[in-house]
Amino acid sequence: MATQLLLGNESLAQGAIDAGLSGAYAYPGTPSTEITAYVLRSHQAAMGDISCAWTANEKTALEAALGMSYGGKRAMASMKHVGLNVAADPFINSAISGSHGGLIINVADDPSMHSSQNEQDSRVYLDLAMMPCLEPADQQEAYHAPAIAFALSERYRIPVMIRLTTRLCHSRATITTGAMQKRNAFSLPDDPKRFILLPALARKSYAKLLDRQLDFTRESETSPFTTYCEGTDLSTGIIACGTAYHYVREIVGENCPHPILKIGQYPLPLSLIERMMSECDRVLVFEDGYPYVEGKLRGVPLRSSPIIHGRLSGHLPRTGELNPDHVASAFGLEMPSLHEVSTIPAPRPPALCPGCPHGDTCRALNAVLKSDDAIGKLFSDIGCYTLSAMPPYESVDTCVEMGASITMAKGASQAGLHPSVALIGDSTFTHSGMTGLLDCVNENANVTVVIVDNLTIAMTGGQKSSANNRLADICAGLGVDPAHIRIITPLPNKHDENVEVIRQEIAFEGPSVVIAVRECIQTARRSRSKGGAS
Amino acid sequence: MKQNLILAGVGGQGLLALAAVIGEAARSLNMHVLQAEVHGMAQRGGVVQSHLRFSDQPIHSALVKEGTADLVLSLEPMEALRYMPMLAPNGAIVTNAVPFKNIPNYPDDAVVERQIRLLPNHRFIHAVELAKTAGALQAANMVMLGAGAPFLLLPVEALKSGIHTVFAGKSDAVIETNLRAFQLGYEASQAAAS
Ligand SMILES: Cc1ncc(C[n+]2csc(CCOP(=O)(O)OP(=O)(O)O)c2C)c(N)n1
Ligand code: SF4
Repeated sequence: MATQLLLGNESLAQGAIDAGLSGAYAYPGTPSTEITAYVLRSHQAAMGDISCAWTANEKTALEAALGMSYGGKRAMASMKHVGLNVAADPFINSAISGSHGGLIINVADDPSMHSSQNEQDSRVYLDLAMMPCLEPADQQEAYHAPAIAFALSERYRIPVMIRLTTRLCHSRATITTGAMQKRNAFSLPDDPKRFILLPALARKSYAKLLDRQLDFTRESETSPFTTYCEGTDLSTGIIACGTAYHYVREIVGENCPHPILKIGQYPLPLSLIERMMSECDRVLVFEDGYPYVEGKLRGVPLRSSPIIHGRLSGHLPRTGELNPDHVASAFGLEMPSLHEVSTIPAPRPPALCPGCPHGDTCRALNAVLKSDDAIGKLFSDIGCYTLSAMPPYESVDTCVEMGASITMAKGASQAGLHPSVALIGDSTFTHSGMTGLLDCVNENANVTVVIVDNLTIAMTGGQKSSANNRLADICAGLGVDPAHIRIITPLPNKHDENVEVIRQEIAFEGPSVVIAVRECIQTARRSRSKGGAS
Repeated sequence: MKQNLILAGVGGQGLLALAAVIGEAARSLNMHVLQAEVHGMAQRGGVVQSHLRFSDQPIHSALVKEGTADLVLSLEPMEALRYMPMLAPNGAIVTNAVPFKNIPNYPDDAVVERQIRLLPNHRFIHAVELAKTAGALQAANMVMLGAGAPFLLLPVEALKSGIHTVFAGKSDAVIETNLRAFQLGYEASQAAAS
C-alpha cells in the first residue's frame, strides 16, 4: 500500500479512479478544479479508459455524467458551489429519474469566499433534491468517499453528492491508497421509463424517492463516516460535520469527556442525533458553511431543551470559514497572549499580470466609456478581466454571476442606458453568454458585447477553452450582422485603432460584437517552456 | 515532536514548491503531515500563504492555531509581518530581505525591517543575490528553504532528498541549482546566527 501526499481534491480523484470511474466531467471553478485536472492527467484517461473533459458549463457536465450512468458506468461531475446553481436543474431532477451506473456529484463550497462571490452551503440543496450526500472529514476519507458513494448510488439507483470545502480541497495530507476496482461494463437500465419525467411517470418516481428517505437515513446512521463517541460529561454534547470534526479533535484531544457525534453523511443520522439530544443538556454544533444542522436541530419555534449552540447562537461566527481558534473559543478556552497584529503590511490584492491582454482592452474601453461626457456602463462577467475593477483601471461596473454581463447590458439598455457595454471572457461566453447574445439579436438590443478572447480559461489556471478560434463564427451563427463583428488585437501600439473600433460599434444602433484576441501571457509562457499548456 | 509553520509569499514566488519539499521531507520520515495552501485568485501577484504542520503523533487541524507557529518562513519581508499573531511567543521569523513591490502603498523598507528585528529570533537573508550565485533567480525559494532549515526539526538530508522528489521531472541541472541554492541559504542563515 502506497502513501502519498495529496490534496483533498487529488485524494478524491484517485479514490474515484480506484473505484472504477469511467467518466469525469467538469467546468473548472476554485476550489474544485484539481479533481478533474488530476483525472485528466491520469494514465486511465490517457489510455481512453476514462472519458474526461472540461465541458461548456456545470449543467452540461452533470448531464453528461447522468448519460454515462444511464449506460451503466460509474461517472462523476465536479463543480464549485455556485456551479451547482447552474446545474440545479439536472441535480434535482436526476434524483427523481434516478441513476443506473454509480453517479456522484462533487461540489466544493468556499466558506469565507476565498475565490467566490458568495459562501452558499450546498447541503441546502439536499433539502430540494433529497439525495444522499457524503461529507469527508479529511483526505483519507476523501479517498474512500467515491467508492462508498458509487456503491450507495448503485444500491438505490440514486445520484450521491460529495460535499467538500476549500480547506479540505486545498490541503495536503499523507493518504494510503488501495487496490483498483474493475470498471462497470456497458449496460442499460431495466426500467428505462423512470428516465421519462412526464408528470404521470414523474409522480411515481417522486413517490419512490420519498419512500427511500428512511433507507437513506439508516445508511447515514451506519455510514463509516458517521461515529458516536461515548462521553461521561453530559453537560455538553458535540456534533461536528466533515472537516469541523478535526478542528474539534485538535482542541479537545483524543480523550474528550463529552460525547461527540461525527457526521459525515446526509440525510442526518436521526437516531444518533436523538440520542445526543436526549442525553445532553446542551449540544454544541460545529459545521463549516451555513448553520445547516444547527438550524434543523433548533427547529421553529426555537427549541429550548436541550440548548443548541453554534453559529446561530453566537458561540461561533455566523459567517466565514471555521478554524481551530473559533472552536477553542466556543469551548470557552482562554486565548494565549499573542504577538500583536502588525499594522505595517498593506493589502496585496490579486491584479492583472503585467502585460495582460485584458489590460489593453480595458484601457481602450476606458478611453470611450470613462471620458468626461460619457455616461456608459460596463457590465462585466467573471474571469481575470474582472480584476480590472481595481486601480489603475477601475473599468468594470458590475460582476454578479457567470453570463450576467450581456443580459444585464441588454436590460439596462432597454431601461434607457447608452452606451450599454458587456465585457465577457471567451470561456464565460460559451458557459452562459451565448444564449444572452441570441436574446440581444432577437430583440435588436442596442448593446455592444466585448468578448476578451485570451484563448484559455485563465482565472482557474489555464484550462482549455471550449470555443477556441470559433467565437466570430458563433456570433454570426447567432445572428449578429457580420459587419458588426469586429476583431481587435489588444496591444499597446494598437490602442488608438482599438478605441476607434469600440467607438464605432457603440455608435451602431443594434447588437454588435468586438472580439479582442490575444493569448494570456501565463499560458503563452507555459506552452513556450513545456510545448503545450494543460 | 511537532512543528507548526506558516509559509508566506506573493503569487509566482514558488511558495508551493517550497511547501512541497518540506511536506515530502516529513512524509519520507513517516511523519504525519498536514499542509493547507491557497489557490486561485492569489496567483495573480496576490498574497500566497500556506500552513504546514508535521508531527510524529497524529495531528488533526490543517490550520495552525493562533500563537502556535514555531516559524514564519517568508519569501518577502512585508508578508512575514502579516502573520504576527500566528507566531508562538518564542517563534522565529526567517525572511527574504528583498521586497516584492507590486502595490503603490508598499511601506518603507526600513520600517518593515525594524519591526522584524524586534523579534528575538529572526533572520534576514538576501535570497535574490544568493539565488543568482546558485545559478537561477527562480531558486530564491530554495535559498529560503535552506535559510529556514536550521529552525526545522527535519534533518538537512531529508530536505535535500525532498528537493530531488519535488523536482523529479526537471533536468539534473535544475536540481543541482536548487540544491546549491538550498546550501547557500543554509550557510547564510547559520552565519547570521553567530
Ligand atoms: C458558475 C460558475 N462556475 C465557475 C466559476 C469559476 N470561474 C470564475 S471565472 C471562470 C472562467 C473565466 O474564463 P474566461 O471567461 O475565459 O476569462 P479569463 O479568466 O480567461 O480571462 C471560472 C471558471 C464561477 N465563478 N461560477
Ligand atoms: S493569468 Fe492571463 S488573463 Fe489572467 S491576468 Fe494573467 S495574463 Fe491576464
